[in-house]
Amino acid sequence: MITFDNVTKVYDRNSRPALNSVSLDVDRGEFVFLVGASGSGKSTLIRLVLKEEHATRGTVYVAGSNVAKIPSWRVPRLRRGIGVVFQDFRLLPNKTVFANVAFAMQVIGRSRAVIRDSVPEVLKTVGLEGKDNRLPHELSGGEQQRVAIARAIVNRPGILLADEPTGNLDPTTSLGIMKVLDRINQNGTTVVMATHDHDIVNAMRKRVIELRNGKVVRDEREGIYLATAMQPVVPAAGTENPAADSNDAAAGDALRQGSPAGSEVSE
Amino acid sequence: MRMAFVLGEIGSGIRRNLSMVVSVILVTFVSLTFVGAAGLLQMQINQMKGYWYDRVQVAVFLCVDNDVSPSCASGAVTDEQRSAIETKLNSAEFEQYIDTVHFEDQATALGHFREQFANSPIVDSVTADQLPETFRVSLVDPEKYEVINEAFSSMPGVESVSDQRELLEKVFSFMNIASLVALIIAVLMLVCAILLIATTIRLSAFSRRRETGIMRLVGASKAVIQLPFVLEGVIAALIGAVLASGTLWAVAHFFIGMLARQYPATAFISAREVLLLSPILLILGTLLAGVSSLLTLRRYIKV
Repeated sequence: MITFDNVTKVYDRNSRPALNSVSLDVDRGEFVFLVGASGSGKSTLIRLVLKEEHATRGTVYVAGSNVAKIPSWRVPRLRRGIGVVFQDFRLLPNKTVFANVAFAMQVIGRSRAVIRDSVPEVLKTVGLEGKDNRLPHELSGGEQQRVAIARAIVNRPGILLADEPTGNLDPTTSLGIMKVLDRINQNGTTVVMATHDHDIVNAMRKRVIELRNGKVVRDEREGIYLATAMQPVVPAAGTENPAADSNDAAAGDALRQGSPAGSEVSE
Repeated sequence: MRMAFVLGEIGSGIRRNLSMVVSVILVTFVSLTFVGAAGLLQMQINQMKGYWYDRVQVAVFLCVDNDVSPSCASGAVTDEQRSAIETKLNSAEFEQYIDTVHFEDQATALGHFREQFANSPIVDSVTADQLPETFRVSLVDPEKYEVINEAFSSMPGVESVSDQRELLEKVFSFMNIASLVALIIAVLMLVCAILLIATTIRLSAFSRRRETGIMRLVGASKAVIQLPFVLEGVIAALIGAVLASGTLWAVAHFFIGMLARQYPATAFISAREVLLLSPILLILGTLLAGVSSLLTLRRYIKV
């Protein structure tokens, strides 16, 4: 579904490349964690898949086609096949839950009847039945992220990209979000999730691709993500979770107990 | 569905930026009114030229009693002098230059004078013998006035030869300057309009950046993302153009109508000319807004 062939991305000649000769393959229906510290290249990788950035060297294939060869007027079609979820939800504050999700269908010209059928269905999938008419500020963070996920999948994309979707949520809420993403994955959608939340990675036991300084340093099926594996990007910057000391066995417990190590910001 | 969506976006965009939209309407209104005024003046000039150049002639004024000009030192024109002039005008030598010759005696001259100065008190104090007899000569080519002037101005009994076109040229050059000034103002206002539309679109794009960002992500086409902004500008400019057309029509209808009643001898353009002009204004307004908003969007909305 997504293939990177020796992809290098350089934003600015004087600094090190954001991605350095990255090669990877994500198959249809896979669930992949993209882990690594901030600045390791996770977001760049996601932007390359969306053709928001162009690879400096190497080739990116999405659903079989070379992204660099897609003419600009066909880029919207590429993006219709990819749902995206962000850490900051990006909902429209003046629209209701229903309208936020429907917006994604309206702008690509779906008929009113299709929208009326699809939106309640997808809201049920993410566990938001009966909250159609709420405004985003009347929802909790976890619920807002569920709306964002509903919007990302309402057009039934083959790929769902999630860039730190649990970054703003507490561990319990994060677990709920992970269940939703897992359910979407079970329905056949390829899910790529960038995160540096090791508790979640360890609890899910999915494929883990670890990036460090723009290079793939690890690619494991049913992998784990040890906090000790995290290296500072710049030696002076320090690690993000210096206190974290979770291991494989403790990870599941930590997720359930809501260990502060698992989250950056709690609601 | 998509059209309904685009229309809804335009509506919300206009509501959000109402004051800017109103200023775009006013600026395009004023600038297009000046464009139209310049156009109407040019039309008026052309109409008057067409009307007058057919009628305007070279006048060979003959001497009258008590004439003060040096060429008439010998007193009023005699019958022999008059017939000599007439013979020369009708001779084969001048046939190639002269279209028609028409003699105007003093009584007719008084009649024309009274007509022309109907509203002036001078009419009552002028008598027929004060006005010169005139040969009105219309030329095949109005530019060949000098030939006639050289041949006749020194003949005895001729007071002067005048090309009436010269008088009109002054009027036309004045009107040309007026239409040039209107055009310069129009260009300045159009520059203002373009910059204002660009600023409005930029503000509008900024205030809706969240929406456009999401539209991009879910794969909305470039047209769906940009159309509401472009149409917002185009609608504002179109309203301005309609107002400008209306104003020009009103001016043509009432003001020129009033002038035409006062000066029935002059050919004035009518409100019909505005109908020819207003489609040009509408197209100009649309192009103006469309092009400037597209150029702005290319810089401020990534697709």
